[in-house]
Amino acid sequence: MKTALASGWEGLMRQRWLLPVLLVIGFGLAFAIPQYNLFNKYVQLVMMYVGINIILTVSLNLVNGYMGEFSLAHAGFMAVGAYTAAMLTMRVLPVAAHPELFPLAVLAGGLMAALFGLIVAIPSFKIRGDYLAIITLAFLMIVKSVIENIDYLGGPRGLPGIRKLTTLPWVFFWVVVSIWVIRNFIYSNYGRGVLSIREDEIASDLMSVNTRRVKFLAFALSSFFAGVAGALFAHVLQFISPRVFDIIKTTDILIMVYLGGIGSIAGSILGATVFTVLLELLRPTTFGAMLSWLPAMIFEPLNQYFIQHLGIWRMIIMPLLLVLVMLFWPRGMMGLREFRWFIPKRDVDAHQRPPSKA
Amino acid sequence: MGDALVYWLQQTLNALQLGSIYALIALGYTMVYGILTMINFAHGDVFMIGAFFCFLAAVYLGLPFVPTLLLTMVGTALLGVTIERLAYKPLRQAPRVSAIITALGVGLFLENFTLALAPYPKNIPALLDTTTWAVGGVSFSSLQVIIILLSLGLMVLLDYVVHRTPVGMAMRAISWDKTFVPLMGVPVDRVISITFAIGAGLAGAAGVMYGLAYPIIDPYMGIMVGWKAFISAVVGGIGNIRGAMIGAFILGWVEIMVVAFFPSTYRDFVAFSLLLLLIVIRPYGILGKPRTQKV
Repeated sequence: MKTALASGWEGLMRQRWLLPVLLVIGFGLAFAIPQYNLFNKYVQLVMMYVGINIILTVSLNLVNGYMGEFSLAHAGFMAVGAYTAAMLTMRVLPVAAHPELFPLAVLAGGLMAALFGLIVAIPSFKIRGDYLAIITLAFLMIVKSVIENIDYLGGPRGLPGIRKLTTLPWVFFWVVVSIWVIRNFIYSNYGRGVLSIREDEIASDLMSVNTRRVKFLAFALSSFFAGVAGALFAHVLQFISPRVFDIIKTTDILIMVYLGGIGSIAGSILGATVFTVLLELLRPTTFGAMLSWLPAMIFEPLNQYFIQHLGIWRMIIMPLLLVLVMLFWPRGMMGLREFRWFIPKRDVDAHQRPPSKA
Repeated sequence: MGDALVYWLQQTLNALQLGSIYALIALGYTMVYGILTMINFAHGDVFMIGAFFCFLAAVYLGLPFVPTLLLTMVGTALLGVTIERLAYKPLRQAPRVSAIITALGVGLFLENFTLALAPYPKNIPALLDTTTWAVGGVSFSSLQVIIILLSLGLMVLLDYVVHRTPVGMAMRAISWDKTFVPLMGVPVDRVISITFAIGAGLAGAAGVMYGLAYPIIDPYMGIMVGWKAFISAVVGGIGNIRGAMIGAFILGWVEIMVVAFFPSTYRDFVAFSLLLLLIVIRPYGILGKPRTQKV
């Protein structure tokens, strides 16, 4: 028996008007927070990072989670998007006079990354598993070293002086778009194809799934949003260099995907949020501020022996967390499960129909 | 001798030195892949820890070369077995991606842990008196000769162990068939641990040699060298021990020649393009055998 509260909650969650209302509230908040400084600048910055990481995680989950490949190239696509957009805002588009042109740069960054995604998709027709992982890795390294060798892009020194054009509403907008597009893709016919490739590529080929087209689309979508995230990232950080987009960045995104759980949009959102916020909370200043209510007798030694050293130790805690998650919680927070909102109504009904009595 | 020829010979000698270090690391990748079909992404960082063990033994214990080398190899072998037991063994039945992710996590952990303990790059003291001979314009240093000969010795030893001893036979058997070999009384867990110990020990030796050849060491040095060694293993045919050695010397030679004739920043680009090209043309490597997938 469900309690009245629980069934009331379920009834509320099923209302069709709820999602648009929440979106409007979200947009309202995204506009209001920077406008009226509801939170300090640091919290606003962390919010933008959370949003960018959600885009990255959801899009990587499409290839690594739903399609079951192992791509290490995500930071490379991010770099393509970041450099394309930064070049446009710095050298081509007159964003100083017209900041409203910024979305064009972001879009261009995403499209350029998608183009590169198509290139990576081609070898994936024949090659799977470890060797595809190696190809994506090689792609990442090649992107990085090509950027390092082009002086026009700043070379190894990087590209300083990018305008801070990314705002909280824009991040929120792209988060919503990426989730919406990828969710609709997953539950479309192509999405079924993606899932069938994960389960058994040969069988799905035999069942007349056009695996090539599905892979093209999945890689293009995934890298498009990686490029968008890169473009947004560049215009928050205001400085990009090839070192920003190395294998460690990819590892971070992988941690978020697997922490949240593969094959789940809700998991990606949770994973990205938890990872980003946790990493920020473990900063010595933040962590110290959180515990500053403790009496000085306890706080002082704690501060001296523990909190002051967190700066490096938090970088140790994160990989350790990843290993522990893999060992004891291999499916992550939401592995293969989904928050009901992200499942279309027909699918929910199909799952909840009582089993037919034969 | 002509100047060009001398230059080529000189660079080839340098390539042999770099290639032998890559080879020692590549062997660890390829052995683990052969047995577990798992890419041990933490292996490059075991190599880095080897260089730091070498630093500790040489600076804090003040040991000479041979004890430093032995201590480092034992230390990294223990580290390799510990990693295998704690992080990889519980995941042997899990999807293969879990093991890869865990390996990435372990690698990151080793890097950042070392960074926490040693925030600044360290300088390994010269453990050997280096003399340089010149033969017809090509200069040999005793260090280069020792690195190349020692690596070759270790590789020959490994080849002997894998092809001529019971342990080696067990390793080959497990990589051949994982279902029935345990039923034949082969202690699978122990053989896997031994494999990790040997691979990590060789990586430790590579760490010492790298530290002697290029004395500045830092916690992130294992990433790029590790990937290069991994490329070597793939180029040679991953899972194939002799292939890993060949691949390492090819890669070392290509890299040194790129640096000799082009700007040095093209090095990674060429190395990874080579990898990409090879995978597309010959995915199973130079000595590997193509695997067919049964439906």
